[in-house]
This record gives sequence, structure tokens and C-alpha cells, in this order.
Amino acid sequence: MSANPFIATTGQKSSDQRNAFLGRQQAAQAVIASEKMIEIMRNQRWQDFIFHKVTLGFAFSVLLVLVGIIISLMIGAWPAFSEFGPGFITDVEWDPVNDKYGAMIAIVGTLSTSLIALLFAFPISFGIALFLTEICPAWLRRPLGTSVELLAGVPSIIYGMWGLFVFAPFFADYIQPALASTLGQVPLIGALFSGPMMGIGILTAGMILAIMIIPFIASVMRDVFEVVPAVLKESAYALGCTKWEVVRKVVLPYTKTGVVGGVMLGLGRALGETMAITFVIGNAHKLSWSLFSAGNSIASTLANEFAEADSTLHVSSLFALGLILFVITFVVLSAAKLMLRGLKKKEGLK
Amino acid sequence: MKTVVVNPIYRRRLWVHRLGIALSFVAMAVGIFFLLWILGTLLIKGFGAITVGMFTQTTPPPGDDGGGLLNAIVGSLMMVGVATALSTPIGILAGIYLAEYGEESWFAQLTRFVTDIMLSAPSIVIGLFVYAVYVAHAKHFSGWAGSFAIALIAIPVVVRTTDNMLNLVPTSLREAAFALGAPRWKVATFVRLRAVRAGVMTGLLLALARISGETAPLLFTALNNQFFSANMNAPMANLPVVIYQFAMSPYDNWRSLAWGGALLVTFSVLGLNILSRTLFNQKIQS
Repeated sequence: MSANPFIATTGQKSSDQRNAFLGRQQAAQAVIASEKMIEIMRNQRWQDFIFHKVTLGFAFSVLLVLVGIIISLMIGAWPAFSEFGPGFITDVEWDPVNDKYGAMIAIVGTLSTSLIALLFAFPISFGIALFLTEICPAWLRRPLGTSVELLAGVPSIIYGMWGLFVFAPFFADYIQPALASTLGQVPLIGALFSGPMMGIGILTAGMILAIMIIPFIASVMRDVFEVVPAVLKESAYALGCTKWEVVRKVVLPYTKTGVVGGVMLGLGRALGETMAITFVIGNAHKLSWSLFSAGNSIASTLANEFAEADSTLHVSSLFALGLILFVITFVVLSAAKLMLRGLKKKEGLK
Repeated sequence: MKTVVVNPIYRRRLWVHRLGIALSFVAMAVGIFFLLWILGTLLIKGFGAITVGMFTQTTPPPGDDGGGLLNAIVGSLMMVGVATALSTPIGILAGIYLAEYGEESWFAQLTRFVTDIMLSAPSIVIGLFVYAVYVAHAKHFSGWAGSFAIALIAIPVVVRTTDNMLNLVPTSLREAAFALGAPRWKVATFVRLRAVRAGVMTGLLLALARISGETAPLLFTALNNQFFSANMNAPMANLPVVIYQFAMSPYDNWRSLAWGGALLVTFSVLGLNILSRTLFNQKIQS
């Protein structure tokens, strides 16, 4: 209080006067303060209001982009769909010279490469997730986990180059002859493993995709495996289960939704993968039973032809392909998200 | 303590167990093996191509010797820079909305769902979208279009990490700030966001790593440019597309440059990945 200059200068006056004066002064100060307070609060309310609306606007813009993508693809695809009708999806002809387009080859190529990728990636990802959660010593867990995740960080064009220049020749020299002489001789599925062994084709593309999606599936699986309550596992061990039985009969049933969700997430990635596929699939518009033969996927067709497409119908057909791809991945990814969300709820209850 | 197992059922179970564990080892080895194979290939084929000339000269014409990747490196840096400058504020503000105001409302849930989908959506479709709404109207390919395309890929990454990180902030910290009379926007930015800035940085670095190697969305937005150009309004050279074009070419010199560029891109992307991880781990532990 002694620091107050007012008290120092009014030291001569009687204490009564001083107190009354002080009271008025304080009241005046309080009025000014409360006016100031209201002013500040009003300002803050405005700032809060603006901040709320600005952030809301940005969150909304994320939604708008999705709607924009769907609408712009639909507009772009409209001429193709009105020209070819729903037959566009089932037609196998893709002929830029005569301006006749059908999406079947690209759709089959996309689906078959993705399914091959899943076939290889699922067991390997499961093994990796199992290793990282149950078997691996704690000090190795982080370096190994990071290196698997680095596999996801490698840009897809690098997979493409490596696939074309390193993996494909190796595949043609060693794996394809081996497959042709064993599985190729089996009556029913023999046709899948026959034909020219060039190294590039549907099967190679599927294998490269498998390597690319392993880290995604493995990291989801690892996350969901870690959610399993220790009590459940310990009970199983106490009953005399081996580690494998615990994983197979306790961990896997408990996390099956999450595991399927992870696989769907990997599938979503595989469907839309562009550059790696473009390098190794061979880019040929033909349909063949042989997995060794060159093919085309939706994404690789877009990457190869879009910048050079001249006729309106060609561009529009490519937009239609993009729309089909987007719809397929949207459905697959939505299913994955819904499955993984169910798991999060379970995690919250525990 | 080696015990002899006589019970046939138990012996069979034991063997199944050993087989399962062994296969799990094999799976792990396969993953590491492919990573090392790819990185090894890059080092062997790309290391020879990395010279001073690669950083000082522009891309050579077909069949020529020498040359470098200067225009592609500069183009990539500019586009990634613009994309980061665009996606950082948008992503962080949208993330703040989701965590601060949205919480569990239907709008926030829908936005989270959509960003999750966009995280994995095919990047080439993003390229198509930018082509349809920008390039087709501007009637020319441009560096801006390329930047917009990769910004659209970066935004969901930033939104989701910001949202997740903000949710880690203890409620007591926010309550303390509110009790001191701080307005909500100040609590959201100077208290809540600041508490997790390391985590948000992680998200930004991951987004940067993600877009640095993206090729597909640039194919028909930024296209490519044979010459040095810092004009964002014209077709622009960029590393991924140059690598793609050169790798597919029949010229040895081009291919060698492609491997050099591939090495450069991969190790910067992986470096960013590792940097973001160590940054995050350090902050979480401290």
C-alpha cells in the first residue's frame, strides 16, 4: 500500500476525509474496472466467436473437398456414361483409335493385383505383428517396428523402379520357371501360371503391392493385438496353452474385427496404388487367364494416358475410371473404418 | 530343463506351436529383407550418380551426357514448400475445431471419418480432381496446380495428428487456464496446442514426408519441364515425375540420373520419418 502515491500526498488530511475520499476513489475505479471488464469480455466473446467460425470453416472445407471430388469426377465422367451407358463397366474393349471404351480390363486388373497382394501380405503381416507383440524381446521391439514402418515410408515410385529393374528380372529368371513347372502343371489352375515369362505382369504387380501394404496391415494388427487384456492371455497360459494357441484361440478371436479392418485398410491402399503398378504391370489392354501376362489397372491406365488423351470421350472415359476407382476404395475404406471404430469402443470400456 | 514329452497330443501341440513361432520369425525376416534389398539397390545404383553436377546442372536433353537434376530439385522444393504453407494452417485449425468444439458431435465424427478416408484415398484421383477444377479451367499445367494437389494429400495427415494430439492434453490444464479467465481461443492455441507442439510437429513432418515422394497427383497437374523454371504458373519440373520419365527412358544417362534422384528422394523421406519419430518419442518420454 505504501507504494501508492495517493497516500503519500494526502498524508496531512484527517483520516475521516481520507477514508471517504478513498472510498469514492475505489468505487470510481470499480466502475471503470467493471466497464473495462465488460469491454474485455465483449472483445473476447467476439474473438471466440470468430475463432470458432474460422476453425469450423476449415473443418467444413475438408468435407467440401470430398464432395467436390465426387461431383467433379461425375461431371467429368458424364459424357462417357451417357455414350456407353452402364455397359461401360462390363465392356472389355479399350480402343483409343476408334474411340471405344470399356472399363472391364482395368477393373479386373485392379481387383486381381489387389487380391494377389492381400493373399501374400496377410500371412506375412500377421507374422510380423505376432512377432512384434508376443515374441520379440523388448529392446528389439522399437528398431524392428520402425524398420517395418519405414517400408511404408518408401515412396511408391521407388517400389516401381526397384520392381522393374531388380525384382522383375529376378522373378522372370527364377520364380516364374519354378511356378510354371510346378503349379503350371496342375490341371485347373495351370492356366494361371503359364505364358511368356517376362517378369512384368499381373503377378509381379501383385507381389510388389504386397510388399507395399505389409507395413499398413502389420501396424494395425499390432495395435489391435496390444488391446487384448493381459488377464485373458494369462488365463489361457495358466490353463497350459502354448503361445501359438494363445494367439490362435484367444488373441485372434478377440481382435478379429480389428484384423479384418486392418486387412481392408491394406486393400484400400492396394486398390489405389499407382506408380509402382504402372512400372511393372506391363500396360497392355488385354484380358488373359495367365497371371504372367501384362495387364492394366485403373490407376496405371490413368497415369499412362491422361496427360496425352485428346478426344473428349477418351478424357471422359478416364474420368469414369477414376470415379469407379474412387467409389470402390471409398466403400472398402469405409468398411475398414467402421470395423476399427467398433474396436476403439471396446478399448474404451475396458 | 529339458523334459521329454511323451504325451502324443501335447507333443503335437508343441510342434504346431514351434512351427507357428518359426513362421512368425520368417515373416519378420521377409519384411526386413525386402527393406534392405530396396535400400541396398538404391545405394548401389544411385550412389554413383550423385555428383556435384547433379545439384548444379539442369536435366539433360535425350541422349546427352552429363546434366543434373537442379530444375527438378528446385521445382520439388518450391511445390512442397507451397503445399506445406497451405496445408499447415488449414490442417491445424481444422484439427483444433475437431478437438476443441467438435468433440463427439455428428459433424466432427463425420469430418474425422472423411479425413480418415482421404488419408488412404488414391492419390491419382486427387490429381484428377485438381485437373478438373483448376488445370482444365486455367488451360495449362502449372506448379500451383501441383502444389494444390499435394496440399490436399497433406491436409488429412495434419488434421488427424493435430486432433489426436490435442486430445492427449489433460483437462485439468485447460480448466486451470479457464479459471484464470483466458478466452477459449487463447486456451485452444496458447495452452492446449502449445502443450502438444512436438506431436503436431510430428504430424507436419509426416505430411512433408508423405508428399515429398508423391508422383501420381503431379503427373497431370504440374506435368514436367525440361528447363529451369521458378515460375509457379507454368509447367514445373519435379523430382518424382523426372524420375518416372527418366527411369522409363532408353538412355543410360537418364536412367542413372533417375537412380540418383531416387536415392535422394528416398533418403530424405526416410530421414523425415525417423526425425519425426525421434522428436515424438523424446517429447513423450520427457
